[in-house]
Amino acid sequence: MIRTRPKEQGDQAPPRTLTHRVLTARQTRLGLIMMLVMIVFALAGPFFAPHSPTAVLAKPYADPGDGLVLGADSLGRDILSRILSGGANLTWMAFAATFIGVTLGTTIGLVAAFKGGIVEALLMRLVDIMLTFPTIIMAILFISMVGPSRVILVVLVAIGLTPGMARVMRGAARPVMRREHVMWARTIGLSSRHILMREVLPSVTSPLMVEIGLRLMWSVVGLASLSFLGFGVQPPASDWGLMVSENKDGLAIQPLAVIIPAVCVALFTIGGNLFAEGAARVIGRTEGTRS
Amino acid sequence: MAIETTTAIAVKAAPPRRRSRKATLAWQIGVRVLMGLVTLWCISVIVFVATQAMPGDVAKIILGPSATSEQVAQMNENLGLNQPLISQYWDWLSNVLTGNMGDSLVSGQPVSELLSERIFNSATLTVIAMVLILPLSLLVGLIAAVFRDKFVDRSYLGASLVVTATPDFVLGSLVIALFGTVVFKVLPPVSLIPPGEAPWEHPRQLIMPLAVMTVVGVTYLSRLVRVSFIDVLESEYVQLATIKGLSTRRILFRHALPNALAPSIPAASIMAAYTIAGSVVIEYLFAYPGIGSALVDSVAGHDLPMIQAIIMLMATAFFCFNQLADVLGTLNKSR
Repeated sequence: MIRTRPKEQGDQAPPRTLTHRVLTARQTRLGLIMMLVMIVFALAGPFFAPHSPTAVLAKPYADPGDGLVLGADSLGRDILSRILSGGANLTWMAFAATFIGVTLGTTIGLVAAFKGGIVEALLMRLVDIMLTFPTIIMAILFISMVGPSRVILVVLVAIGLTPGMARVMRGAARPVMRREHVMWARTIGLSSRHILMREVLPSVTSPLMVEIGLRLMWSVVGLASLSFLGFGVQPPASDWGLMVSENKDGLAIQPLAVIIPAVCVALFTIGGNLFAEGAARVIGRTEGTRS
Repeated sequence: MAIETTTAIAVKAAPPRRRSRKATLAWQIGVRVLMGLVTLWCISVIVFVATQAMPGDVAKIILGPSATSEQVAQMNENLGLNQPLISQYWDWLSNVLTGNMGDSLVSGQPVSELLSERIFNSATLTVIAMVLILPLSLLVGLIAAVFRDKFVDRSYLGASLVVTATPDFVLGSLVIALFGTVVFKVLPPVSLIPPGEAPWEHPRQLIMPLAVMTVVGVTYLSRLVRVSFIDVLESEYVQLATIKGLSTRRILFRHALPNALAPSIPAASIMAAYTIAGSVVIEYLFAYPGIGSALVDSVAGHDLPMIQAIIMLMATAFFCFNQLADVLGTLNKSR
C-alpha cells in the first residue's frame, strides 16, 4: 500500500498498517471510546440498579425522593433502575445481529466476487431483491406473526443488514481477485475456502471495519426503534426504546424518563457513526479517494 | 500474465453484445421492471403466508370468547378459512388487486374505507416533507460544497454525522421535549387530526413531525448533493470556466448545478421510499392518524385484513420509489 502522507503529528513511531492507522485516528478513537462506555454502562448497569426495574415503588411520575434518585416512571417504577437495566438486551442483540449480518453479507459478497459468472449474477440479483424489501415493515410483519421473540428480532435485523454488506464487500473484493497473490493461490490449487479466508479477507479489512461500525449503528437504531414501537423487549422488562414510548405522555411532568434513555441510545449510535466515518476518512485519505 | 485461465478473467473476455445503446437501455429497464414485478409478487406471498401463521384463531377473535364451536365453524365457512391455502391466496390477491381488502376484524368496516383517510393524511405529510426536503438539500449541499473544508462545511459534516446516527424516535422525542412540553411550550406535543378534516387545517400540529422528517431527509440527501457538487467543481470544465473568468454564480448555477443534480435525482427517490418506511415511527410518536400509526394499532389488535392491506401498501410504495431510483440511475449512467 502506498502511503501518500506521512504521519502528521506526534513523536511515536509511524503506525504500520492501515488498520493501525484507522484505530489511532482521533475521530475513530473517540467513536470507539463512546461505544465502549455505552457498552460497559449497558452491560454492567443491571448490577448497579438500586431497585428492581419492574417493582412498583411509588405513585406514577412521582418526584425524586424516598430512595428514588430520578423519581418514578408512568407506572411508578424507579427510573434510574430502569435506565441502568434497559441497555443490556439492546447491546447484545445489536452485536448478535451485526455479527450475523456482517458474516452473511461478507460471505455472499466474497463468494460472488470469487466465483464470478452465473453465481455472481444470481447472488447479486438476490441482493437487489433483498434491498427493495423495507426492513422495518417486514420486521413488523414477522413480529406480528410470531410474537416479539428476541431471536426473531436479531435474525430480522441481521437479514436487513446482509444485502448492503454483500454489495460493499463484493465491490471491495473484485479488484483483490486480480492481485497476484490470489491468482497464484488459485493456480496452485488451494481450496476456495483457504483463498477467501487467507488471501482475500485480509485484503478487505479496511472496508470491513467501516461497514461493521455502520451496521452496528443501524442494528442499534433498528432494534431501539422496534422496541419503541412495542415490537421489541416486552413490558414489564426495561428497555431504552420502550421507556421512551412508555413515558412520552408524561414528558411534561417527568422529562428525564424520556430524555435519558433517548440520549443513551443516541450516544451509542453516534459513537458507531463516528467510528465508521472516521475510518472511512482515514482509508479514503490513504488510498487517495474522496471522503 | 500467464494465469489467463482463471474464471474471473474468462468472464471478462466474454464477447460484447451487439445492440444499439437505446435497445440495451430498454432491455436493462425491462429486466428491472420484470424483476420488480417478481419482487412484488414475493412480497404478496410473504404477507399472505405470514398473516396466516399469526397466533390466534381469526373466527374466535371476531366472535369473542363466548362463541360456540358451531359458530366458529360457521364463521370459518363464511370467511373461506376452511378452503385450501392456495385458493385462499388466490381469492385474497384478486380482491386486493381490485381494491377490495376485506373488513376490519376490530370495527367491521371495510378496510379500504378505514384506510382512505389515513392514506390521505400520510400522503399529505410525505408530500409536504418532500417539497421541503428537495430545495433545502440542494441549498445545504451547495453551501457545504462551496465552503469545502472550511468552518461551515465542517460543522455541517459534524451535525450530519450526529443526525444520521440518531434514531428518528430519539430525535422526535427530544424535539417534543424542547418545543412541546418541557422547555418552550409553543407547539402541540401530539398531532391529532380530527376525522373528516384535512391535515393542513391544523398547520400547528404538522410543524414538529414535518421538522423531524425534513431534518432527517435533508441530512441524507444534502450529503450526496455535496459530494456530487465537489466532483463537478473539481472537474476540468468548471476549472476551465474559472480560468475563462466566468463569475462564481454563473459557474455554480449554469454549469455545476445541472451536472450535480443528475446523481441526486435517484437518491431523492430512494429517500422518498425511506420516508415512507420511517413514517411508522414518526406517526406513532406524534399520534398522527396516518397508515403508519394504523399499522402499529392493527398489530396490537390482531386485525389481520388491516395488517395485510397496510403492509402491502407500504411495501409497494417503498418498492416503487426504489425501482424508480433504479431506473433513473440507469438512465443517468447511460448519458
